[in-house]
Amino acid sequence: MTIMMPAADEAVLHRRDSIVAALRQIVPGEGVIDSAAEMLPYESDGFTAYRQPPMVVVLPDTTEQVSQVLRYCHDNGIKVVPRGSGTSLSGGAMPLADAVLLGLGKFKRIREIDFDNRAVVTEPGVTNLAISQAVAHAGFYYAPDPSSQIACSIGGNIAENSGGVHCLKYGMTTNNVLGCEIVLITGEILRIGGKTAECAGYDLMGIITGSEGLLGVITEVTVRILQKPETVRALMIGFAEVEAAGECVAKVIGAGIIPAGMEMMDKPAIHAAEAFVHAGYPLDVEALLIVELDGPSVEVDELIKRVETIALGCGSTTCQISTSEQERMLFWAGRKAAFPAVGRISPDYLCMDGTIPRGQLPLVLRRMQEMSKKHNLRVANVFHAGDGNLHPLILYDANQPGEIERAEAFGADILKLCVEVGGVLTGEHGVGIEKRDLMPEMFSDIDLAQQQRLKCAFDTQGLLNPGKVFPTLHRCAELGRVHVHGGKLAFPELPRF
Amino acid sequence: MDILKVRDAADVEQAVRAALASEQPLEILGHGSKRQIGLPTATNAVLDLSALNAVTCYEPNELILTVGAGAPLADVLSLIDSKNQHFAFEPMNPAVLLGSGSDAGTVGGMLGAGLAGPRRIKDGGARDHLLGAHAVSGFGDSFKTGGRVVKNVTGYDLCKLLAGSWGTLAVMTEVTLKVMPRPECQHTLVLRGLDDVAAVRAMTTALGSPYDLSGAAHLPASALRAPEGALADIGAAQTALTLLRLEGITASVDHRAASLTRALAAFGVAETVTDDLSAGLWQSVRDVTPFAATGGLGAWPVWRIVCPPASGGVFGQQLARDTGGDVIYDWGGGLIWAALPQAPDAHAALVRQSVEAVGGHATLIRGTEAVRRSIDVFHPHQSGVAALARRVKHSFDPKNILNRGRMMREAAI
Repeated sequence: MTIMMPAADEAVLHRRDSIVAALRQIVPGEGVIDSAAEMLPYESDGFTAYRQPPMVVVLPDTTEQVSQVLRYCHDNGIKVVPRGSGTSLSGGAMPLADAVLLGLGKFKRIREIDFDNRAVVTEPGVTNLAISQAVAHAGFYYAPDPSSQIACSIGGNIAENSGGVHCLKYGMTTNNVLGCEIVLITGEILRIGGKTAECAGYDLMGIITGSEGLLGVITEVTVRILQKPETVRALMIGFAEVEAAGECVAKVIGAGIIPAGMEMMDKPAIHAAEAFVHAGYPLDVEALLIVELDGPSVEVDELIKRVETIALGCGSTTCQISTSEQERMLFWAGRKAAFPAVGRISPDYLCMDGTIPRGQLPLVLRRMQEMSKKHNLRVANVFHAGDGNLHPLILYDANQPGEIERAEAFGADILKLCVEVGGVLTGEHGVGIEKRDLMPEMFSDIDLAQQQRLKCAFDTQGLLNPGKVFPTLHRCAELGRVHVHGGKLAFPELPRF
Repeated sequence: MDILKVRDAADVEQAVRAALASEQPLEILGHGSKRQIGLPTATNAVLDLSALNAVTCYEPNELILTVGAGAPLADVLSLIDSKNQHFAFEPMNPAVLLGSGSDAGTVGGMLGAGLAGPRRIKDGGARDHLLGAHAVSGFGDSFKTGGRVVKNVTGYDLCKLLAGSWGTLAVMTEVTLKVMPRPECQHTLVLRGLDDVAAVRAMTTALGSPYDLSGAAHLPASALRAPEGALADIGAAQTALTLLRLEGITASVDHRAASLTRALAAFGVAETVTDDLSAGLWQSVRDVTPFAATGGLGAWPVWRIVCPPASGGVFGQQLARDTGGDVIYDWGGGLIWAALPQAPDAHAALVRQSVEAVGGHATLIRGTEAVRRSIDVFHPHQSGVAALARRVKHSFDPKNILNRGRMMREAAI
């Protein structure tokens, strides 16, 4: 357990009773939870290796209450951790001992469905899947589909800029959000964007999306919806070599085909998934690709032929093409159950989330095998191959002394490798606390200072979700100081015209 | 005036630091092709980025391109075209509208302006295609943000802010963009004679279908302008034209064109235009050639109005009536270009009041310097958002060195 959180402020902890009382003034009844037993469900999110009970949980059900809670916390110097459904895989919603946990679970209403403008206005606690379900009768859906979509909230999706298997073609959350209502830590309520393709002025919606709950609390979201494609079919292609599968991915993209999804699994992942769901995966291959095409049937049929030809050219050993929706779902069953499937073959696992340039896949998988030997831990890989997003699952047993530390060290090595080959630390799970201390692998102090200055524009006291994303906390006054270098020499040494 | 021709990012740092020391603002310039857009800036020093024009890396199979911010857009487009790729957001070339010659400007200017073309409804804007950047802030520090891969949530997505910030936050020196395969084939369905409201309804029907449109535009009939080029070729002078673009592999485009034609039967019989003529039409829509500086409406101010698409028809028709102006519609009604008769405020009060009523916003893209001095060129925010935008500007550029006053008046900073 190597990640340290900021030390709790004893003065705030001493004021706990009065803080709870003040919150009850704002959110009456059961909306304030302060008993240890009832706070238990909130002590971690989907990143379960770390747990911390909050000081108090507050569950407002109106924007006005959110505003009052934040204003109270701001005026009294109390930290706030926002939380949606608590499915973050990077600890973004992990509580702090001296912070109010602000849950948006009561914001469960879809406010408006506007088919003409192809937009849905919703409260942030609505699940990702519920939006698609609400518009399905008219043939529409909301495109981003993180694998937790049955449970994860749309507000949390905005905070994390969530992805999913179909973001190769349809983009991530940021490409599908039009506007929001956001409450700043001061309690100020702002509306950004709307049912328009772009917001006016600076793209504040773009910077709020993926800000991991550090900039404000979202109380309403406007997303764009799309018509469902007429046909969806998938190929399941096996390769005797990982390199050949990687080459196939590159050639499909190189041929100008952007599949709806293109997923890869390595041998350990294939075996674990097959043992769990019996999807009919070939067990004698080193890598399995699932390539999904969508659109009109004439287009899908044609592109399936092209992908099949490319796969054969890359030396595929098996290739199945779905002929029914049932068969397509079966191809996906193993991939979608990969995490629980791996959970059956190991007491615990760490799920990593780096992105690499597609072409580096064979190298990265090879180096990962070497690391597996070095750390003496098994690893299984599932991979959004189309956009280079890796999910290595590191298998360990938390009951064996020292194993979690080894697993974390292995994970850090993988992410450093991702950066080394031109990739990034996280593709869709967020930095949170999990990757916080690795940020300097990718960003210099100056890079991080600029990001933190932006944080200061929203939250000068650093009260919203502190201890997440940034490895070192700086005071805004210090970050905002302008250093004048070199004094009076105006534009020295530059060519002039 | 000092024109500082920087050779690399270190030069940019040095210039910004010197500007900080002397508290002198800098105008950030590529080729200057969009210099007439925005509030006139007060400066006596220009930072000329045109020498930062290297193609650092182009990897067609990875769908990425890294170039210096000063790289000429025309050269970059022809480079990626040679691999059958393009910028899917279809960047507008405002030269026709502004009468600023034939230069399409630089990649940095394209991103700073963030003016996306017709395909924005399908593939997003400039902000959706900027993956990473190296830039120099108003603190005089070089920083990087984003990366060279599409799927990336590591840290705040500063690229979103840089795109469309008109050089007011930081000086981009090198950028990484997503490139996409060029569609194999395009067809445009043309409906004739619809009024603006019916046309927007037809576009709404089309965009609400599964046929995956990559363009939906409407050009009302107008006695005010004479069509040229592709628009003249299909007879835009006589009747209003509603244009619906389908792109992809040939079999798919054929199928969708047939299905869409049936779905729109209530709006008339759609003709199909293909290949070069279709491409020409969309270039005219993208660059707003009906309002060309050299055309009949060349002297009129031009607004770029973004609104909820379904409300576009009623809004645009009313605006044209109220002002005696002319409008064309893109993005299925969600983008309206309005050329309005000359007026001291270019009708800013009317435009802003009526567009806010439908939940949209308006930017003056063409206007005389006198007009641009007298009105807000960019849509003014509500007070809370305006204050936040000022704090964001301050967090990048505390002394207001970079393109001072171009988006917000100095007094407002």
